[in-house]
Amino acid sequence: MVDIPDSRGTSTSSILTADKRTKKRNAAEKRFRFYGLAAICIGLSALVMLLASILYQGIPAFTQTKVTLEVPLSADVLDPEGNRDPEDIAKVITFGYAGLIEEAVENAIEEYGIEIEGLDDPAAIVSKQASAQVRNWVLKNPEAVGGTQQFSFYTTSRIDQYYKGKVTMASAELDSQISIEQIQLAEALEEAGALERGFNWDFIFAPDASDQRPEAAGLGVAIIGSAYMMLIVLCLALPIGVAASIYLEEFAPTNRLTDIIEVNISNLAAVPSIVFGILGLAIFINFAGLPQSAPIVGGLVLTLMTLPTIIISTRAALKSVPPSIRDAALGVGASKMQSVFHHVLPLAGPGILTGTIIGLAQALGETAPLLLIGMVAFVTEYPDAPPDGFFDPATALPVQVFNWTQRADPAFAERASGAIIVLLVFLAIMNITAILLRRRFERRW
Amino acid sequence: MSFVKTTASVAILAAAATAASAQGREQVQVAGSSTVLPYANIVAEAFGESYDFPTPVIQSGGSSAGLKQFCEGVGENTIDIANASRPIRDTEIEACAANGVNDIIEVRIGYDGIVFASQQGGPEFTAFEPAQWYQAMAAELPQDGEMVANPNTNWTDVDSSLPDVEILAFIPGTKHGTREVFEEKVILQGCEDSGAMQSMMDMGMDEDATEEACMAVRNDGAAVDIDGDYTETLARIESNPNGVGVFGLSFYENNTDVLNVATMGGVEPSTETISSGEYPVSRPLYFYVKKAHIGVIPGLKEFAAFFVNDQVAGQGGPLADYGLVPDPELAQTQQKIENETTMSQEAS
Repeated sequence: MVDIPDSRGTSTSSILTADKRTKKRNAAEKRFRFYGLAAICIGLSALVMLLASILYQGIPAFTQTKVTLEVPLSADVLDPEGNRDPEDIAKVITFGYAGLIEEAVENAIEEYGIEIEGLDDPAAIVSKQASAQVRNWVLKNPEAVGGTQQFSFYTTSRIDQYYKGKVTMASAELDSQISIEQIQLAEALEEAGALERGFNWDFIFAPDASDQRPEAAGLGVAIIGSAYMMLIVLCLALPIGVAASIYLEEFAPTNRLTDIIEVNISNLAAVPSIVFGILGLAIFINFAGLPQSAPIVGGLVLTLMTLPTIIISTRAALKSVPPSIRDAALGVGASKMQSVFHHVLPLAGPGILTGTIIGLAQALGETAPLLLIGMVAFVTEYPDAPPDGFFDPATALPVQVFNWTQRADPAFAERASGAIIVLLVFLAIMNITAILLRRRFERRW
Repeated sequence: MSFVKTTASVAILAAAATAASAQGREQVQVAGSSTVLPYANIVAEAFGESYDFPTPVIQSGGSSAGLKQFCEGVGENTIDIANASRPIRDTEIEACAANGVNDIIEVRIGYDGIVFASQQGGPEFTAFEPAQWYQAMAAELPQDGEMVANPNTNWTDVDSSLPDVEILAFIPGTKHGTREVFEEKVILQGCEDSGAMQSMMDMGMDEDATEEACMAVRNDGAAVDIDGDYTETLARIESNPNGVGVFGLSFYENNTDVLNVATMGGVEPSTETISSGEYPVSRPLYFYVKKAHIGVIPGLKEFAAFFVNDQVAGQGGPLADYGLVPDPELAQTQQKIENETTMSQEAS
């Protein structure tokens, strides 16, 4: 082989050795990749920080410390008339039961032989919910008055927070709600096996509780309220949205009017959600006379808010069905409506569902419009089954988070984070369903 | 997607709408002050547990917003009770009357203290005087016969007995009822105590102008308005160790492990000192009942009566436990609810 001399002398335009220009271009590409990676890293680390802080604060909300006590159901207190008539027993209100709980704690101290110097107000370790718990049980079992009954009560939030590491002996010394001796009592009861920490289903299923009983507060009413609203949004926004987009996409003539409608739909999708709340207050409550704080009004307001999202995604799904399908259907003699409902709509289905689920997820996390229609409220009674329940007062998950962050007791901060976790789980389930549906049924041409 | 299904679901919703609008509202609806909210929550919960009536629904949103909702009219889709951390204003009574809400029963549930607290372990703010707050917070101070921009930047500039840290106070924003009390009972009082009021008068200002000048709060960053709740004030204190915050007594009592309270005028805030009137910064809390709804909304009168029951709002009751200062004239309030005495009847 003979070396062929390079006709351009010492030029570096070989594809093996990069010239200056190529180096520059390669460096630019490398830099861009780095910027991209950095952008992703910043986004990810923000997400990780957010999730970590919520999980760190919120996971303890799913467990709760409980104490088991024998409560003497003394007849003098509960049934002063002595006739065991449930109506007379019901006259003793919740606060009247506090003495029994005190007695129960003192009995336990005696029974387990606990001796703590300077112990003041030992019943302060038991939640105020205990009185309500005993009263409900007694009203159901009036014949048990006079005997004793074993109950499992929540401890107060301060004792519970001590086991979660948020209250320490040092902070308890300064705290007016708990004393070191009371914590020592809780520890002694734990050693005796009467106090333990376990998973707390009530956090998910129980209704909200007042500011004095953070340990008893749960998400039950909020979850039902959110579910009712989602049901209403689904039942109203899906048919209306799909009908509107089919008409606009397949039947409507292209003229100035449809152009205006199209622009307005896109505009509506960008309107701040609080505006829909104001609209809801004016139309549904003040004009139509629907009740305040009810899921029906919340559902209607969120329907208005979700409609543009559903219309836009449905139109995109319909557009992505190739015209050849319509032409083929029309070619074999199908009517316009048959071609849409037999061929186009089924093919666009997965896209429509994905858009709907994403719209619903958006509605699930919405707080601002609910603020104005009275759903940011303290509600402790479950709404009835639908359809009547649509008109009963309820709250919603994001609203419950908002409510709890405003309360004075620090234990509510933990529960707010717990509620965020529940909300995130629901959102994740909805979004994963949307992705799975798309993967499973989507067709590409 | 079948049209039958969608039309059916719409039909069900429509049917449900007509069915429910026929039946009346069963539970009491309350809205208003976020200061009264925790007390209302506690009472509503106990009321629902102890009586056959459904638990009332309590919304927050502030005294003014609550009273506005209250005055929207009479009827089942309007609220029955408005909570307020200040007495109802004449303009609000007029607005009510314009919408047909003529008979209002005013119920005073007790008193609330306003306390001044800093971070536990921070600088030692142990004692304040209204005059010190005035000199630290005023926008302009009188000096040698004219008003000059507040020159104090450090608490020691105000009084050498105070800690040597920069002035940074978190005070309630203007939308809160608490701000009014803070201005009247602390700033205005301090203006008078410090002699600034006299010097302003001497400068030839009339009474209104003096009062206005006294209550003008500086906006150079030393006084920070908090429009959110006390939880926000607490968060700001926690991130600014040298800051001082204004809180409600009940909020402080729930957070004594992180907050250090200072005395005002030499008196430590507590339910006892407030009910005896020794502690200067306190205000009454109210709720207002729409008389036209009594007998229409089940349990409304019973709820109002239960709220001011001795077992609930009295000494040693759950509300006092939470930080409410019991009203010594509770018996009269109970009588008022029993007789359904409206504000116009009281006036005449």
